[in-house]
Amino acid sequence: MTGLVLMRPTATALVALVRLLVGAYPRWVGCGPDDRQRIYFANHTSHVDTLAIWSALPRRLRQHTHPVAARDYWGSGFRNYIATRALGAVLIDRSREDKAADPLAPLIELLAQGESLILFPEGTRGSSALPGAFRSGLYRLAQAAPQVELVPVYLDNLHRSMPRGALFPVPLTCTVRFGAPLTAVPGEGKEQFLARARGEVVKLSGVAT
Amino acid sequence: MNVDESLIGVLIGVVALLVVSSVIGAILSARTKSESQRRVIDNLNARTKSWWIMVALLVIAFAFGRVGTLTLFAFASFFALREFITLTPTRPGDYVPLLLSFFVLLPAQYALIGYDRYGIFAIFIPVYAFLLLPAVAAFAADTEDFLARCAKVQWGVMICVYCISYAPALLFLRIPGYERSDALLIVYLLLIVQLSDVLQYVFGKIFGRTKLAPRVSPSKTVEGLLGGGLSATAIGGALFPLTPFTFLESLAMSFAIVAMGFVGGLTLSAVKRSLGAKDWGALIEGHGGVLDRLDSVSFAAPIFFHLTRFFFA
Repeated sequence: MTGLVLMRPTATALVALVRLLVGAYPRWVGCGPDDRQRIYFANHTSHVDTLAIWSALPRRLRQHTHPVAARDYWGSGFRNYIATRALGAVLIDRSREDKAADPLAPLIELLAQGESLILFPEGTRGSSALPGAFRSGLYRLAQAAPQVELVPVYLDNLHRSMPRGALFPVPLTCTVRFGAPLTAVPGEGKEQFLARARGEVVKLSGVAT
Repeated sequence: MNVDESLIGVLIGVVALLVVSSVIGAILSARTKSESQRRVIDNLNARTKSWWIMVALLVIAFAFGRVGTLTLFAFASFFALREFITLTPTRPGDYVPLLLSFFVLLPAQYALIGYDRYGIFAIFIPVYAFLLLPAVAAFAADTEDFLARCAKVQWGVMICVYCISYAPALLFLRIPGYERSDALLIVYLLLIVQLSDVLQYVFGKIFGRTKLAPRVSPSKTVEGLLGGGLSATAIGGALFPLTPFTFLESLAMSFAIVAMGFVGGLTLSAVKRSLGAKDWGALIEGHGGVLDRLDSVSFAAPIFFHLTRFFFA
């Protein structure tokens, strides 16, 4: 992660650009910006989402918080530079070409080192205000690292700022709402857990369901 | 731009006003006990603090001359439009028109003013953008609420870009026999508009009984409007040495500015509430958004510009 320190100017410039374009104002609704090990999980509607959460975090937390990004999109060229060098992202294999490998292994390893993650459990971008169904990754990470706080995050307006296919965000004020960490429910199955986690993000949206 | 003694004089006056307001705020804050008063006074002090920042930004912009002033207002337009579009429901089909509004129309409007092309900047958005934006939107082939969506984007661009850009356009007015610092007319406009807002707020807080339009703007009162509006008009009249106007002309001009500023605030408040919000944003502590501060300017600036241009330039 030495590259992270060297590339601070890129990260700083990116944060300034994100603030100018979409604001990304943090609202700590259910928890504070504490130095605890966390997985921030959010709804996913645009390519600015990662940067928006990253910009909303205080600088000292950014260093130890790694966005999880798909290798097939962020794995090469300029995008790769932004993702891994500037943001310290960890890339995972969405396509699972190597069936034997566990795509979550690099994440579990980072969690074991005490680092925090930014994760979009839908696995892909949606186009509406509310998130789609969550995939099982979040559940498996929670099982593998039960000491980590799971913080739901809701990003508003970004689906309007960058609709599918858009290359550049339309300036809109986006708030990044951090909710209360999920509490453990003994004996809860995977499906209930994922539904509950999604429900917490939906609750933060304030959109009536 | 040449620095004018009266410009310095006005600045000293404004700073003195802010000092007085800060001192009064601190005294009130120390004396207050009840919870509801506390809220009003905290908001008052937040407003004063933000005024210090806004005045500082204006002074820095003026120090950088015409480019500095145009840049400041271009950014103000940018943030105002961002607030307007944030509250306005849009659909994916509005993406290209919105991108054009922010990154083509806005810079083009300010560039046209900077290059002193009155003949184009005065019609660029009301004619060309008016026709171009819906045409571009039509290519997205989304007919749901098409007219309403186009109208919203057009309104945002008209208010936030076109109307606000008339304030820095005052720098470029050439008035025969008036060879003063070109920032003076902007200062005159902003001073009257903002003093009118502030005085209406103060008179309203002290004497306000009769609500003017409670559903549109709950804080506006008849007493506030009369007291604040008339005193701002009187101050505007007294500022005639800054301007190319005589005392009576200045009184009439400041009355026009106050009247337009008031209806601007009221109209944009109605727009804001129709979009389901109380404030346009939260960028300026105590005031709300940029558009909460510039709503009255957006209505007053074009009218003041054109009145001055028709009768004096």
